[in-house]
Amino acid sequence: MRDETRMLLESMGRLFEDHCTKAVADAAEAGTFPTALWQAVSDSGVPLGGVIDSGVEWSDLYAVLRIAGRYGAPVPLAETILAGWLASSAGFSVDEQAMTVGPVRAGETLRLERDGNGWRLFGRASRLPWGRDAGRIALIATDPDGRSMVVFGDGVEGARLSTGESNMAGEPRDTYEFGGLGLSGNEVAPAAPGIDQAALYRRGALARAMMMAGAMERALDTAVNYAQERKQFGRPISKFQAVQQNLAVMAGQVAAAGAAADAGVEALSIDDPAKQEFLVAIAKTRVGDAATLASEIAHQVHGAIGFTKDYSLQLSTRRLWSWRDEFGGESEWAAKVGAYVCAGGADALWPTLTDS
Amino acid sequence: MLQQAFRFDPVELPQAAQALRKEVRAFLDENRDSLGNRRDYDQAFSKKMAEHGWVGMTWPKQYGGHERTAFERYVVIEEMLAAGAPVGFHWTADRQSGPNILRYGTDEQKAHFLPRIVRGELSFCIGMSEPDSGSDLAGTRTRAVKVDGGFRINGSKLWTSNAHRADYMILFCKMADAGQDEVDRHAGATQFLVDLKNSPGIEIRPVINLLGEHHFNQLFLTDLFVPDSRLFGDIGNGWRQVSSELAFERSGPDRFLVLFKLLTEMVRVAGTNPDRATAAALGRLVAQLATLRRMSLSIAGMLQEGLQPLNEAAVTKDLGTRYEQDLPVIARQLFPAEPDLAAVDTYVSMLARGIGNAPRLSIQGGTREILRGIIARGLGLR
Ligand SMILES: Cc1cc2nc3c(=O)[nH]c(=O)nc-3n(C[C@H](O)[C@H](O)[C@H](O)COP(=O)(O)OP(=O)(O)OC[C@H]3O[C@@H](n4cnc5c(N)ncnc54)[C@H](O)[C@@H]3O)c2cc1C
Repeated sequence: MRDETRMLLESMGRLFEDHCTKAVADAAEAGTFPTALWQAVSDSGVPLGGVIDSGVEWSDLYAVLRIAGRYGAPVPLAETILAGWLASSAGFSVDEQAMTVGPVRAGETLRLERDGNGWRLFGRASRLPWGRDAGRIALIATDPDGRSMVVFGDGVEGARLSTGESNMAGEPRDTYEFGGLGLSGNEVAPAAPGIDQAALYRRGALARAMMMAGAMERALDTAVNYAQERKQFGRPISKFQAVQQNLAVMAGQVAAAGAAADAGVEALSIDDPAKQEFLVAIAKTRVGDAATLASEIAHQVHGAIGFTKDYSLQLSTRRLWSWRDEFGGESEWAAKVGAYVCAGGADALWPTLTDS
Repeated sequence: MLQQAFRFDPVELPQAAQALRKEVRAFLDENRDSLGNRRDYDQAFSKKMAEHGWVGMTWPKQYGGHERTAFERYVVIEEMLAAGAPVGFHWTADRQSGPNILRYGTDEQKAHFLPRIVRGELSFCIGMSEPDSGSDLAGTRTRAVKVDGGFRINGSKLWTSNAHRADYMILFCKMADAGQDEVDRHAGATQFLVDLKNSPGIEIRPVINLLGEHHFNQLFLTDLFVPDSRLFGDIGNGWRQVSSELAFERSGPDRFLVLFKLLTEMVRVAGTNPDRATAAALGRLVAQLATLRRMSLSIAGMLQEGLQPLNEAAVTKDLGTRYEQDLPVIARQLFPAEPDLAAVDTYVSMLARGIGNAPRLSIQGGTREILRGIIARGLGLR
């Protein structure tokens, strides 16, 4: 690991440790955006305004997301990074307010039509993360020629349809409906080469994969600590072999998730979008599968206390249950992995796995 | 705040290793007739590999080795495994006996054994398990007594793979003066290099496995004499040595590529355009395999740094055997067939091999439960 990376991760770890208290998490879930946390994140030097010219590597940003996931930081950090990337790569200037991106769900597309010097925007983008807290929204839409365009307009926020939707962790998810929203010419710009909705979806999926890897590490710490403190039958439950075996299984899943997520992030340097998608799909699939088993065992080890709102384990597990299905769940991504290897044919399987 | 329990650092295969991959594939192409058979033990094949410098690859040149990196070795062995190459003759020596001789052997032993292994001339097997001592290796009952010029050994070994064809066995036992109820259960543990072909006092009886194969054996050691020069390591240091040997044994991709051909055949049967559910089921398996491979490469990276990644090896072996045991389960769901080892259809015969071999995967080299115990210790639970 580079020294800069190590320092960045250490300082972000401290920052989240200080700010992501249970009280902050509870308040965020009740609707109070954690302004102090967001301020601290913007002051931290993580390039929220867009990674393009910052000199920071994507892998570093994703490593920060893993830590954010570990602490369940209730802020749109991934979304702001992605929005900043989209907007700045299309030539927009971006500041450090909280942002979101869309569409984030497969099968949803936005359409632009020409209207004099400006544009009209049509379509629906549902469950945009943190929509209500986002100062700005970066959207990908298709123009009549089929080109990918980035919409970064002031008026977009007004098209919010629902408030009050959220994921299982209580993080806001808001739906937007555009029935011909008028946009000026300078609110729309062509996306940079290689950037399209699929590219956004891949990066979003990787963000959730990294955040899950972090949340799982936290859940494992919590479970291991709890097993050493909780006593039954006169000794810590960590001394029971059944409990040890469960935690060992969980640790294996957590380790696999971390390795899979890292591999997905490395795939970003691959130019071929199909190959990149294959590797990202492996990551999201493997991490999602790990999340299922890891959260199950973490709860089993905790007994009833883990099932309470008061105890912190649910801050990790409810996020895992949400994030594994955001930007596509395991079956969606696994089908892409399978389709890719089958299309290549049986004899290409081994070369596909090893040639990189 | 705990840090990550286990270390799986990202690793990129060096250019040299990827270049070597091409060479290995060309070699496999030339030797296509030897691949994918049930016969996995073939000295002629091992000699050919040796001629290419692919046995003892990482060992010092001084002992005939080739001083290649752990990554280069990794590439060679994963290509061999994926292709179903008959690597059984040199496998144990290359993976664990040789490296342990390098670590604990005398100069004379290194000079005697290592170059011969490297040339594909000597085959090794593992003498750890016994009738009454499986997972509980420290409970070994085989006993050695110091006699004039060497040691006299009595006892029995069981499940000894390839003992009927190997040249040497690294024997794990205890010195007779180490009592059964010693406080330190590892006291007196000692290893020997046993010449299987030229020692009176060894009887080797086949144990036929459930697939009808003669793979492992029971050995009876009756007043077996081993000269002083074949004491391996120090008297009483056997536990540390055997742990090191097991770390080598568990660390490789052989723990998740045993049934790779079944996965390949599943992809073949699925065709180029399977339905979504089939694609997803296969995709999940591929995602597991790709991740295992990545973890295994991290382990190779740690070996290259001279570390002993015991916990990481246990994690990877446990996940790897789980994945391989799931393969036939998922295969049967997706593409039902009556398993038949002798079937002409490769999928059907591989399915049978998968089903029939699955049970051993989470037993040999340390059972699933024992590995999870090691992982739990790594987590600080024991
Ligand atoms: C194909 C094959 C090849 C082999 N080749 C070799 C070889 O070449 N050389 C060699 O020395 N050995 C070899 N073995 C033996 C292998 O190492 C042992 O089978 C293994 O260590 C388990 O020992 P056991 O079979 O006596 O089972 P046992 O130790 O009796 O275990 C039986 C069951 O009890 C469980 N168990 C035991 N102790 C505990 C515990 N403390 N906690 C929880 N569960 C426990 C085990 O996990 C297992 O499920 C081979 C085995 C196989 C299947």
